[in-house]
Amino acid sequence: MQERVNPDKANLIAGATGDWEVVIGIEIHAQVTSKAKLFSGASTEFGGEPNSHVSLVDAAMPGMLPVINEECVAQAVRTGLGLKAKINLHSVFDRKNYFYPDLPQGYQISQYKHPIVGEGDVILDFKDGSTVTVGIERLHLEQDAGKSLHDQHPEHSFVDLNRSGVALMEIVSKPDLRSSEQAKAFISKLRTILRYLGTCDGNMEQGSMRADINVSVRKPRDDLGTRCEIKNMNSIRFIGQAIDYEARRQIDVIEDGGTIRQETRLFDTRTGETRAMRTKEEAHDYRYFPDPDLLPLEFTQDYVDALDADLPELPDAKKKRFVEDYELSAYDAGVLIASRAASDYFETVATGRDPKLASNWVTGDLFGALNKLGKEIGESPVSAESLGELVDLISDKTISGRIAKDVFDIMLETGEAPAKIVEKRGLKQVTDTGAIEKIVDEIIAANPDQVEQVKTKPKTLGWFVGQVMKATQGKANPQAVNDILREKLEVGEE
Amino acid sequence: MSDLTKLTITEARDGLAAKEFSAKELADSHIRAIDAGNEALNAYILPTPEKALAMAEASDQRIARGESGPLEGIPLGIKDLFCTKGVRTTACSQILDDFKPTYESTVTQNIWDAGAVLLGKLNNDEFAMGSSNESSAFGCCVNPWRRNGDETNLVPGGSSGGSASAVAANLCLGAVGTDTGGSIRQPAAFTGIVGLKPTYGRCSRWGIVAFASSLDQAGPLAKTVEDAALLLQVMASHDPKDTTSIDTPVPDYRKGLRNGIKGLKIGIPEEYRVDGMPEDIEDLWRKGIDWMKAAGAEIQEVSLPHTKYALPAYYIVAPAEASSNLARYDGVRYGQRIPGDDLLEMYENSRAEGFGAEVKRRILIGTYVLSAGYYDAYYQKAQKIRTLIKNDFTDAFEKVDLLLTPTTPAPAFGIGEVSGDPVQMYLNDVFTVTVNMAGLPGLSVPAGLSSEGTPLGLQLIAKPLDEETLLQAGYALEEAAGPLPVPENWWNK
Repeated sequence: MQERVNPDKANLIAGATGDWEVVIGIEIHAQVTSKAKLFSGASTEFGGEPNSHVSLVDAAMPGMLPVINEECVAQAVRTGLGLKAKINLHSVFDRKNYFYPDLPQGYQISQYKHPIVGEGDVILDFKDGSTVTVGIERLHLEQDAGKSLHDQHPEHSFVDLNRSGVALMEIVSKPDLRSSEQAKAFISKLRTILRYLGTCDGNMEQGSMRADINVSVRKPRDDLGTRCEIKNMNSIRFIGQAIDYEARRQIDVIEDGGTIRQETRLFDTRTGETRAMRTKEEAHDYRYFPDPDLLPLEFTQDYVDALDADLPELPDAKKKRFVEDYELSAYDAGVLIASRAASDYFETVATGRDPKLASNWVTGDLFGALNKLGKEIGESPVSAESLGELVDLISDKTISGRIAKDVFDIMLETGEAPAKIVEKRGLKQVTDTGAIEKIVDEIIAANPDQVEQVKTKPKTLGWFVGQVMKATQGKANPQAVNDILREKLEVGEE
Repeated sequence: MSDLTKLTITEARDGLAAKEFSAKELADSHIRAIDAGNEALNAYILPTPEKALAMAEASDQRIARGESGPLEGIPLGIKDLFCTKGVRTTACSQILDDFKPTYESTVTQNIWDAGAVLLGKLNNDEFAMGSSNESSAFGCCVNPWRRNGDETNLVPGGSSGGSASAVAANLCLGAVGTDTGGSIRQPAAFTGIVGLKPTYGRCSRWGIVAFASSLDQAGPLAKTVEDAALLLQVMASHDPKDTTSIDTPVPDYRKGLRNGIKGLKIGIPEEYRVDGMPEDIEDLWRKGIDWMKAAGAEIQEVSLPHTKYALPAYYIVAPAEASSNLARYDGVRYGQRIPGDDLLEMYENSRAEGFGAEVKRRILIGTYVLSAGYYDAYYQKAQKIRTLIKNDFTDAFEKVDLLLTPTTPAPAFGIGEVSGDPVQMYLNDVFTVTVNMAGLPGLSVPAGLSSEGTPLGLQLIAKPLDEETLLQAGYALEEAAGPLPVPENWWNK
């Protein structure tokens, strides 16, 4: 019972009557990655002319019957396994009855009492090293509705059924989240897991992942307060804003002597506020009952085990491996595993090389550059192989770390191989002590004042280092320069 | 040439094979019979003579090439619940208006693939909801039978009333209907023909306008048991488009038809002796038992203790499913739309005007029994009763091979005589709904006439997927009953 645990002070919200705790539960609607819809053969492709991906079943023509798409079932089971959840070998499709023009059947086929996936867990990691375990209540399969278009005609609304019947997984969390930060982390983590599994593309802006957020507030250790549901959120940033606004609104209402009404609210992205959509009293009676057109979904443990055996390595396991095998910090590992593509990239760079150096280059220079360019890791102008070669050049002392940054910039711009850049531009590190000595001698001879000064202020040795590097265009081996300067100027080790 | 419309399918197949007449001549004689008789009977709501002739000509060409299918050139009528490609399909409801499907139901496709010829779409109760055909938006179909010395128009039963009337009046050689609670067997009994409801899942439901999905099943209406076997042979199939259809091979239903019933154990369920059942039905049942005994069957009393709960449970389950199945008729995508000031009003206007009184009644009942707070008391309880009824049959079938009962508790009634009292109307299905609730195959065979001179049927019920034994016993019953009188033709113009 997480509710009775002493809350983390950092998550509490100060009110006029003392501290408040926000309690958040999330329902995610994730579009199943599949070629065809949940109960028809029509395409699930995004975009396309309105009503171009619609079968007779999707349009609910008379006498049409749903036939379950087995790939969607497999995807739901894979997702359940990825959430370390109980897979129900017996589940039932129900009809959720309501009228709306974008719901051609007059009911949505969903799962009500017997979902395909039961309880599971998602673990959230935070920068400070703390973790939060969020319970998953259930996952069920259901059909998406079509889309009503109200801006095409002055008097009529149009309906686009391309999405009608597309498979969704509704993933319901327990009310285990205690801050907007945790809520955002939960959605990010869930999205990462789904993307690793390949069961949902997680593209929130295209609507393939949407969230309904249940928010309530209470005094620490009190019973749960009345919740409001913020519907249809499709941006992690806005979800954070909506929760913060809603928690504050509820605290203000209660502290002003009011009570919270259980209702559905919408977040207005322009004002950053939530507003009431409908109250519970206006809620539908959906008249759920088992869909007589579909037999219960039954499969064997062998079927589940076979899917389990084929699952890719999941984020938590990969993170553990990165920490153990590559000796990365939990934080660096966490950053790398946040996307499957990034972790794959890193592994290509790190294999057979210094993993810490590889990690620094990937999470530091590469991520920074991609961020600036507004590109995803998949679109990186520098391939993992090339970055690996650059790391090799640093490790075998062909170039210094500083020169490597210049080489990297050129790689970003031209896409050329690092060895070629070093070769062409003569950036090879100078380790020939004779050559360095000659330059050092020249500088000492030309700067008697500085030579005097360094005797009393050893810290000014850096000035000499700078001069040597300048004269060698940064190519001199910094350690060699240091050693020679100390010897000639008679400055001891600090 | 004798009147080709009086042939059975079996006889017509032989005649076509022997080139005694052509498929076109066969179709043509039926088209003329429809022209002459349909105005009085209202069995066809959409005759399709041009299509019939074109299909018959194609059949003749296939016969000439020696490529005959099992129903080659056989002219049939189709209940308007089946979606027929390019041919108006309404379920006899105003709400579907002039809906023309772009697709063909699996069952009718099977029939056309076998060479059959479409004579037209047949009348039925609106959305198959009724036991008299009186709820049709196209008006009631009329039974070709009349009471002795009485010109009152009688109902043909329902919901496949048009199918039954057309077969009985020789307006087709056979017909395809659907049975949700007795909708094939009761009208077959009322019109003196054979009606078969197969095991749930034996025929695909794909392309049939849904009434109650867990109960609906397509089946044949025919002049003889052998014709019914021939039709079912073609109608039955496993269909990947209907996940409730059964994936087992279709046996040869005619193979054992004449094997007799010697040694078969036939159960007589005591609970089917209901209060107030007319003497003549009681007598016919007794006669049927004697016939079976004489043919060598063993007769045994059995008990189906939950029978009395079947009808009320059926009238919860079927409307519940119907209330949801009929939600798609909303005026948005097809069918009739009556405009309104806003969306809700458009829905209300379209559905208020589009649906008839009986359909509305069942949508209301169905909506009520699924509502929050009532679900457990009604729908859930009805489902439990359904399980008990199934178990009753399972127990009985451990002792016997078949059950014999009357098909209906009364003979055909006059149009308008019962329509004011829905509960009285629902009682028509008292012996047939149990079979749908348990998903079993049931067969109504004409067995005699009532004291009023109208037909009565006896019902045989078999184990799941045992249509072979069902038809075998039906054939024996038909043989024992001997040739029955046919209705006098009063309906021709």
